[in-house]
Amino acid sequence: MHTAAATHDEGKGQYFWVWGALLLLTAVEVVLAYKRVFEPLQMLEALMILSIIKSALIIGYFMHLKYEVAAMKWVMMTAVTACLCLMCIFFPDAFRIVHLGVR
Amino acid sequence: MSEVAVQHGMADVYEPSLFGTYSKKIGMWLFLLSDTLTFGALLFAYSYGRISNPDWPTPFGKESITNATIMTGCLLSSSLTMVLAVLAARRGDRNWTRNWILFTMFFGIAFIVLHGLEWTHLIDEGMTPFKNPWAANVPQFGGTFFTLTGMHMLHVTIGVIYLGVVSLRKAFLPILLAVWAVAWWLIPANSVFHYGVHALLAGFIVAAVILILKPKVYDAHDVEIAGLYWHFVDLVWMFIFPLVYLMSTRV
Repeated sequence: MHTAAATHDEGKGQYFWVWGALLLLTAVEVVLAYKRVFEPLQMLEALMILSIIKSALIIGYFMHLKYEVAAMKWVMMTAVTACLCLMCIFFPDAFRIVHLGVR
Repeated sequence: MSEVAVQHGMADVYEPSLFGTYSKKIGMWLFLLSDTLTFGALLFAYSYGRISNPDWPTPFGKESITNATIMTGCLLSSSLTMVLAVLAARRGDRNWTRNWILFTMFFGIAFIVLHGLEWTHLIDEGMTPFKNPWAANVPQFGGTFFTLTGMHMLHVTIGVIYLGVVSLRKAFLPILLAVWAVAWWLIPANSVFHYGVHALLAGFIVAAVILILKPKVYDAHDVEIAGLYWHFVDLVWMFIFPLVYLMSTRV
C-alpha cells in the first residue's frame, strides 16, 4: 500500500545516528544532574530542554512522524502540546503554596 | 476525486484519508495522544507536589542513578531494534522481523528486571506508597514515585506481551504462561512482585482470546503500529528519568 510515509529513504544509517545522539544526550543529562552543575530551577530547565530534543528525535525519526503528511504532523503535535500546556496553568499555584507556608 | 468517492455502492472506493495513511496507524496515534495526556497528568501532579514542598527528599545515590541510566540505555537500544524490525517487515524479511522484535523484547525485559530490583531496594529501605524514611513530612513521595514508575512499568510489560504476540503469535502463549509460573514460584512471597507478576497472567488471557478468536498473520503494518506503541513507552521514560531520578540525586 503506497502511503506518504513509504516514499522516504529507509536507510538504516540514520537510525544508528539518532540512537547515538540519544545516548549522548542522556549522558549529558546524567553528568549535569550528578555533578549538580546548575541550581535546581536551571537544572530543571536544562533537563526539560534536553528531554524535548530527545523526544523530537524519537517522534520524528523512530516514530516516522517526520515523513508523514503535514496535516498529520500539525494536528497530532498541536493537539497534544496544547493539552499539556493547559496543565501548566496550575503551576503558579504550586509556587504560591511554598510562599504561603504550612501551619 | 471526492465526487467519485461519495457515490454509494461503488466497490473499493473510499474517501482518501486526511492524514494520508492507513486507519490502524491513525488509531494508534490517537491512542498514544490520549496516553500522553494520562502520563502528562501524572507528571504534572508529581511536579506540582514537588514544587510546593521544599522538603522533597533526594534519595537517589550513585547506585540508583547508574541503574536508571542503564535502564535508559536499554530502552533507547530497544527503540533502535524496533525500528530495524519495522524496516525488516517492510522489505518482507519475516525472520529478521522476528529476530529484531525478540531483541526489542530482551531489552524491555531487562528494563523491567532492573526496575524491579530498584523498587525492591527502595522498599527494603522502608519506602512505601504512604511513607518514606528520608522525609517524614513528605508522605506523597512514595505515592507519586510508585504510581509514575509503576504505570510506566505496566506499559512496558504490556508492550513486551504485545511484541511477543506480533512476533511469535500462538507460540508465545506457552512461553508467557511459563514465565508467569516460574516468576510466581521464584519471587519471594514478601515481595510486591510476587503478586504483581499476575499481570502476566492477565496478559496471557487477553493474548489467548485475541489469538484464538482472531487468528491472523501480522503484516508490516501491524509491526509498524506495535513499534509506535513501543517508541511511546520509551518517550515517556525520557521525561520520567530526568524529572524523578535526575532531579532527586543524592551526592
